[in-house]
Parts: sequence; structure tokens; C-alpha cells
Amino acid sequence: MAGSKCQPANLLTGLVFLADWLQQLTIGIVLGSVYALIALGYTMVYGVLRLINFAHGDVYMLGAFFGYFAANALRTAEHPSLWRAAAVFLIAMGLCALVGMTIERFAYRPLRQAPRLTALITAIGVSFLLEYGGQLVFGADPKSFPDVIETKPVVEWEYKGSFLIITNTQVVIVVVAFALMLLLRFIVLHTKIGKAMRAVAQDREAAALMGVNTDAVISFTFALGSALAAAGGILISLYQPSIDPLMGVLPGLKAFVAAVLGGIGNIPGAVLGGLLMGLAETFVIANTLWLPPILMRLGMAKESASGVDISNYADAIAFLILIVVLLVRPSGLLGSVQREKV
Amino acid sequence: MLEISRLDVYYGVIRALHSVSLHVGKGEIVTLIGANGAGKSTTLRTVSGLLRPLAGEILFEGEDITDMPPHRRVALGIVQVPEGRRVFPQMSVGENLDLGAYARKDKAGIKQDLERVFSLFPILAERRKQAAGTLSGGQQQMLAIGRALMARPRLLLMDEPSLGLAPLIVKDIFHVIAEIRKQGVTVLLVEQNAHMALSIADRGYVLETGRVTLSGPAKELMANEEVKKAYLGG
Ligand SMILES: Nc1ncnc2c1ncn2[C@@H]1O[C@H](COP(=O)(O)OP(=O)(O)OP(=O)(O)O)[C@@H](O)[C@H]1O
Ligand SMILES: [Mg+2]
Repeated sequence: MAGSKCQPANLLTGLVFLADWLQQLTIGIVLGSVYALIALGYTMVYGVLRLINFAHGDVYMLGAFFGYFAANALRTAEHPSLWRAAAVFLIAMGLCALVGMTIERFAYRPLRQAPRLTALITAIGVSFLLEYGGQLVFGADPKSFPDVIETKPVVEWEYKGSFLIITNTQVVIVVVAFALMLLLRFIVLHTKIGKAMRAVAQDREAAALMGVNTDAVISFTFALGSALAAAGGILISLYQPSIDPLMGVLPGLKAFVAAVLGGIGNIPGAVLGGLLMGLAETFVIANTLWLPPILMRLGMAKESASGVDISNYADAIAFLILIVVLLVRPSGLLGSVQREKV
Repeated sequence: MLEISRLDVYYGVIRALHSVSLHVGKGEIVTLIGANGAGKSTTLRTVSGLLRPLAGEILFEGEDITDMPPHRRVALGIVQVPEGRRVFPQMSVGENLDLGAYARKDKAGIKQDLERVFSLFPILAERRKQAAGTLSGGQQQMLAIGRALMARPRLLLMDEPSLGLAPLIVKDIFHVIAEIRKQGVTVLLVEQNAHMALSIADRGYVLETGRVTLSGPAKELMANEEVKKAYLGG
């Protein structure tokens, strides 16, 4: 009798953490949609050039800085409005598009015929240039990103002692990120330049033989990817408003892992990989909060169990995922199994 | 229409073409025959602008196009059906054909040419929504030709269109080439299948290890003892 009653009671107590779970899910999706935006740039550039543009995370950083200057110039903190916010995004995205095209034109294009390792090393060099050039120009100290929208909660829910809070900023991040991804999807699938991008990705020479200006298409791809990264940089700054010239390093690496996870070169894969990355990271951080109590309630851990604090290792999860994915499925979750042409 | 003179082309330090000269007159079918590795594809790739010659020049209708990027040559009407078909495998047949017309803006003309391609290759109309990579080899070749026709070529460069196809399909393809010429397109045809190529061509060139060793009217080449021995199996 006692045993059969015990079973459902234990399951129900798990629901105590429902609000916590939803909170983690929210944060994971917020972070994940930003990773997805950055991952798209990696995957698109890889698609057309078979190059990992390691400077991409730094373009994201530049996006945040351009956004910072634009927001200050437009005084968004004093006069918040939709138009000003949109202007901040458009200015930063436009400038980053130019930066991306410039990087391609002067760092990568001269190496089109060179061995890939040369281009890769150049990419790392450009990355350092932007990071330390950024420190020189903007200063190494973190700057506080001005308010672009007034943050307030839109969902506040308490359930058995745990809380779910969703802010309008979080909603804006996810909505803007997905709107941009839908726009990208439209461009890639339904416009002439998008068709040319896909043609260049599948067979650059054949595309040239069809009359596609492949240099222009590659340039456009950098512009597009860089604009998305810029949007990501501003979105994250709405949420974690401290920016510095090295802020692109870790998100850049994680987004790169996300792109590989989804299948590098595959656009839906980058979105999926980004979201999984955000969720994985968030749940690892949250682990210390909810896992030990659940284990205790399920009787799988003793009252004294404090769990292992692994939140500090949350960043390492990205690379653990990369290693596991490459071992199990070298082409990524949505990547095609076909061998890469060399 | 096309005038190539003294072309030298290298892959790194390997010299693939030695002072190759040839010309193609308006309305002609000219064939370029030669063994594996003779430099036939290299010649076509240089005409299309995928390779830059170290020396020599290429004139198209009197205009020097030696340094012109590939997409601008397409706009002039120099269109290639590359070796190995090179259709875009993950795109539909329809999208492949759209890409053929990439450099064009005349919507009505494009629609008209699409109809023409579909009447030439009805199977492409049937498979319009299918991914090109899932077509059979013969169908992919038809698509590659159809795609090139969508560019409304004035000079069509064809690199071994019969390669790897069943004899019956090869015959179809050569019918189509004759048909294309009838519609006023000039053709430079690269073939290992020398017999077929010479039987359809007006003139021919023989390429050996990067050099033109023989040229003349197709009939003469077909009767030539050396050509017979080397390329016509006896
Ligand atoms: N990308 C390349 N790098 C180095 N050498 C090359 C390259 N492509 C071709 N070659 C060499 O250039 C020469 C000419 O090659 P090409 O492809 O033009 O010959 P082909 O006549 O078209 O032969 P096939 O009938 O096999 O298509 C060959 O010796 C070949 O090995
Ligand atoms: Mg060849």
C-alpha cells in the first residue's frame, strides 16, 4: 500500500520544478537564438568558400559596439522608441556587412587559390586583429550598453516556491532573431541572389559558367552573415549589457560548434545547432539548482548530497559536444553524408 | 566568331596547352578531339574564363576577351556544358534551368526558351520538381544541355556530352546538337567519341599533349590514316 502510493507522489513532486524548468528553457532559447544567428554566418561562409571564418565572432563583437555607438548617438535610453531601436539595428548591421565584405575582399579573396590552411591561419590572424585592434580603439574595459528598450517582465509565475519570469527583452530577442532567420530563409530560397548562393555552394565553377558573378555572391554572403552576427551582438547586449572587445571569442566558438553540430554548410542545421547549444549550456548551469533536489526526492541521492557544482564548466560543454558529435556523426545532425569534394 | 591564338595554359608548373590556335566560324560545328589528358577540357575552360592563359589571346566576334571574368563571357553568349554535367545536385530541375538564364533579364524570352527546352527534352518537364542529383546520367546530361540553352548561347562549348552514356542516349544527344545548330547556335564540341563527333562536325582539330597536331574539314579528318588509327579504332 505504502509503496504504490509513493510512486505517483514522487512523480508529482518533480513538478515542483516546473517553473524552474520553464525558466531554464526560456534562457536556453534566448541564448540559443543568438548562437543560431552567429552560427548562420559560419555555415553560409563555409558553404560558399569551405572556409571557417574565425573572425566571425569578432564581427559579432563589432556589431555590439556599432550598436552601442548608434544607441548613444540616438539617445535611445532617454527617448526609447521602436524607430530608434530599429535604426540601431540597421546601422550596426549595415556597418558589419561592410566590415564582412572588407575582410573577404582583402584577407580571403587574395587566397582563393591558396591551400586551405593558409586561409584558415589568415582567418585566425584577422580575428586577433579585430580583438586587439578593438581594444586599441574602444579600450579594453567593458562598456555599459545603453537601454534600447525598457526591460519589464511579461510573465511572472510562481509555482510551489519556484519562479518563472519572462521579460519583454527576452521576447524581443527571440522574436527578432527568428524574424531575421525567416528573412534569411526567404532570401536563400526565393530570391535570385539566394539561388546564386546555393549554386555557388554546390559547385562554384558551374555557377560561374551559368553567368553568376561568384565573387559578388561570396561578398554578399559575407555581408549577410555579418549583418546577422551584428544583430546577435546587439540582441545579447540588450540582455547582458556589458560589452568589451573580447566578448566575441566564446560566443563565436560556441556558435562555430553549433554550426558543426547542425552540419556545417547546412542552414537549418545552424539554427538547430544554435538552439541546442543554448539549451545545453543553460541546463548545465541549472544542473546544480534542480538536479540534486530531484535526485534527493526520488531517493537516488541522500539529503546530504550537494551535487557537483559543474556550472563553471558550462563553457566546456560546447567543446565536449563538438568532440562527441565529430566522433559519432562527422557530418553533423543535418549535414549530408556525402564526402566533401577536395 | 571565336578566334584563339597561341594559347599557353599552365596548371602550376605543368604546361597543359602549347601555343594552341583555333577558330570557329559563325554557324559551324567544330570538334576538338584527342586522347585523355590532351588538353581538350583545358581549352574549353580557358575559353570560358575559368582558367587564365599565360600567353595568347582569345577574340570573340573581334573583341578581346582574354581577361574577361567568366560571368561576363556568359553574358556575351559563350556558354559551356561542362565535362561531367555539373548540374546542381540539390536543386530541382526547374531551379537548374532558372540558373541557366541567370544572366538574362528578358522574362518573355526566358519563358519561351523554357518551352523550347521542354519540347527538346520532355522528360525535364516531367521531372521539373525533382532534385537534379536524383536524375539518371542521361537525364542529367539533358539537363546540363537544357540549362546551357536557357542562357541563349551564341557559342555553345560542349565538353564530352556523350561521356558515360548508353549508345541510344548518345544518339539522342547528337541529334539534339544538330538541332541546336539548326537554330543558329555555333558549337565547339569536345569529344573522345571521335567518330560521332566528326560525323556531325564541319571541321575538326586534333589535340595531342597540349598541341594542335592536325586540323581540317571533318570529312578529311575521318579519312586521314593517322586519325583512323588513333581515334577511330582502325
Ligand atoms: N586541375 C589540374 N591540376 C593539374 N593538372 C591538371 C589539372 N587539370 C588537368 N590537368 C592536366 O592537364 C592536362 C590536360 O588536361 P585536360 O583535362 O584538359 O585533358 P582532356 O583532354 O580534357 O582529357 P579528358 O579526355 O580526360 O577529359 C592533363 O595532363 C591533366 O593531367
Ligand atoms: Mg576533359
